[in-house]
Amino acid sequence: MDALEILFTASFWVAAIRIASPLIFATMGELICERAGVLNLGIEGIMTAGAFAGWFTVYSGGDLWAGLLVAALVGAMFGLLHATLTVPLGLSQHVVGIGVTLLATSLTYYIYRLALPEVTSPPKIEPFQPLPIPGLSSIPVVGEALFTQTPLTYLAFVSVAAVAWILYRTPVGLAVRAAGENPSAVEAQGISVTGIRMGAVVVGSALMAVGGAFLTTSAFNSFFFQMINGRGWICIALVVFGSWRPGKALIGAILFAAFDAYQVRLQQISGGIVPYQVFLMMPYALSILALILVARRAAYPKALMIPYQKGER
Amino acid sequence: MRLEPKPAPSLAITLLFPLAAIATTLMLTSILVLAAGASPLSVFYLVAKGAAGSQFALLETLTRATPLIFTGLAIAVAFRAKLWNIGAEAQLYIGGVVTVVLGTGALPLPSAILIPVIMVAVMAAGALLLLGPAVLKTRFGVDEVVTTLLLNFIILLFVSMLLEGVLKDPMGLGWPQSQKVIAEAQLPRLIQGKRLHYGFVIALVSAVLVWVVMKKTVLGYEMRAVGHNPEGARFVGIPVNRALMKTALLSGGLAALAGFSEVSGLKGNLTLDLSPGYGYTGIVVAMLAMLNPLGVIASAIFVAGIFVGADAMSRAARVPSYIADVMVATSLLTMVVAILLTRFRIRWR
Repeated sequence: MDALEILFTASFWVAAIRIASPLIFATMGELICERAGVLNLGIEGIMTAGAFAGWFTVYSGGDLWAGLLVAALVGAMFGLLHATLTVPLGLSQHVVGIGVTLLATSLTYYIYRLALPEVTSPPKIEPFQPLPIPGLSSIPVVGEALFTQTPLTYLAFVSVAAVAWILYRTPVGLAVRAAGENPSAVEAQGISVTGIRMGAVVVGSALMAVGGAFLTTSAFNSFFFQMINGRGWICIALVVFGSWRPGKALIGAILFAAFDAYQVRLQQISGGIVPYQVFLMMPYALSILALILVARRAAYPKALMIPYQKGER
Repeated sequence: MRLEPKPAPSLAITLLFPLAAIATTLMLTSILVLAAGASPLSVFYLVAKGAAGSQFALLETLTRATPLIFTGLAIAVAFRAKLWNIGAEAQLYIGGVVTVVLGTGALPLPSAILIPVIMVAVMAAGALLLLGPAVLKTRFGVDEVVTTLLLNFIILLFVSMLLEGVLKDPMGLGWPQSQKVIAEAQLPRLIQGKRLHYGFVIALVSAVLVWVVMKKTVLGYEMRAVGHNPEGARFVGIPVNRALMKTALLSGGLAALAGFSEVSGLKGNLTLDLSPGYGYTGIVVAMLAMLNPLGVIASAIFVAGIFVGADAMSRAARVPSYIADVMVATSLLTMVVAILLTRFRIRWR
């Protein structure tokens, strides 16, 4: 097949949307944290923990949706840890974030080994099945790509709409955005900056964990080590690329995923002339490139990474 | 709840806090040991015994501490200037690559010349690798955390490409590994027949040198000033961006030496499992040492002891050795809280 023809096949776009889904959840999670003023570098570890928690719940006999709920709760727990250390205590968001990633990852691996001491190949579960939307799914290419996915992918798109609506259309969203731009103005309204920021980190972390759980309960059907493989860090780049706006971040995630799906197919038709590692490097290199391109006009939330102390100016 | 600054604590109190952090870590992780159905006291005893209970154990701990001293120093230097280098893992691997490129026979030199030449080249490569993200930070305002993290993945794939391509050992039975470095490029063992090698001595010397740079030179002063308050530093005429560049060069070079020391002193060749995350663990080492270069030696030995001890323990008790990773990660978090408590008092109203 020709390298350009790929772009017009439905199967390519179906794959792209599937690859985008976990990134969309986690990017929305990170976006909420950062809009409130907290950089959450725990994302990589929280996604790992979510991936395991979701899969393990189903493996132990739970419902798929129960697995998702458990993953979200585990994510929220790590979010609470991150928030407690960075918001009221005002500790370095860089160091705490890396610490949360290391802790969540190692705790996950420990519990995995404890629960399954002897397994060599990870056990499989019955994952979410595609749920074609009648009518819409028969539209060529676009309909197929968007409407023959699993319920979790639809939920990912819903989460973007929900995050956008809450951020821009509700008082809570206004308070979250203000906490990241001008926290003393929030406090002047009698709203607790600490409360808003902690809430944002907890909810955002739950979304990150759901993103991780997508991998084990929808994209694949088992949990293996290092399966997040830098996706969390890529989501941090996607938030910057999307200028901290849910819609733009969604477009960024889909573009990124399309590129990722494309490199896999290019790899197949290149017939091994170019080492496969070059293709695998591309998504990471692309993320760095995207950061450089938008950096000059990046409108960071003004209070991002600046701890807030009540009564201090 | 408010944080109230308090007067600088005495040295004794300052040293007490890391111990309190470690004690808290042990208490928290004993929950996990109980979950595994083992007794925390006996498990921690087995870890301590496995880390320092015999000459063999102690030497193994020091061997494991060697790369951690290098990466810990790299992080301590960078974090002091608030340059968030999370890419020590990539710099370590580049150090390994340069070691095998120059050390497998390309340069027919005697040991006394070859080893210093390799070390200089290794440091230059690691320094250049971190210079990229540092320039992106100062010139374009791109956050170096994300770029250094993403570079870890790119460099690991790059090394994998080399090991399946130009650097592949033709006699390696198809495994992705490089040729062994020649005898002249090997760091000798400290004790005949044991694994501990001269890389450990180089690490100790590096720690002392970095301490001198940080405490006694203009560069060290600039780095601390930039880390403390970049605006203030710029105001008093410190070339902030230049200081950050120099910090990046030093930090990247130190991290790359970890790769050199592992290949040249211990493994002999380059493989994809040269480092089980020494670059990331270096962050914990540096924080436990409160970014003090001499403290890095002690904290690297401590962290290495946990890993070596947990390996030995998990063979005896049925507790997964990942408990070591959990302990190390937990100690990072308890330590940052402990450091905060040395400087502030928490008022609940």
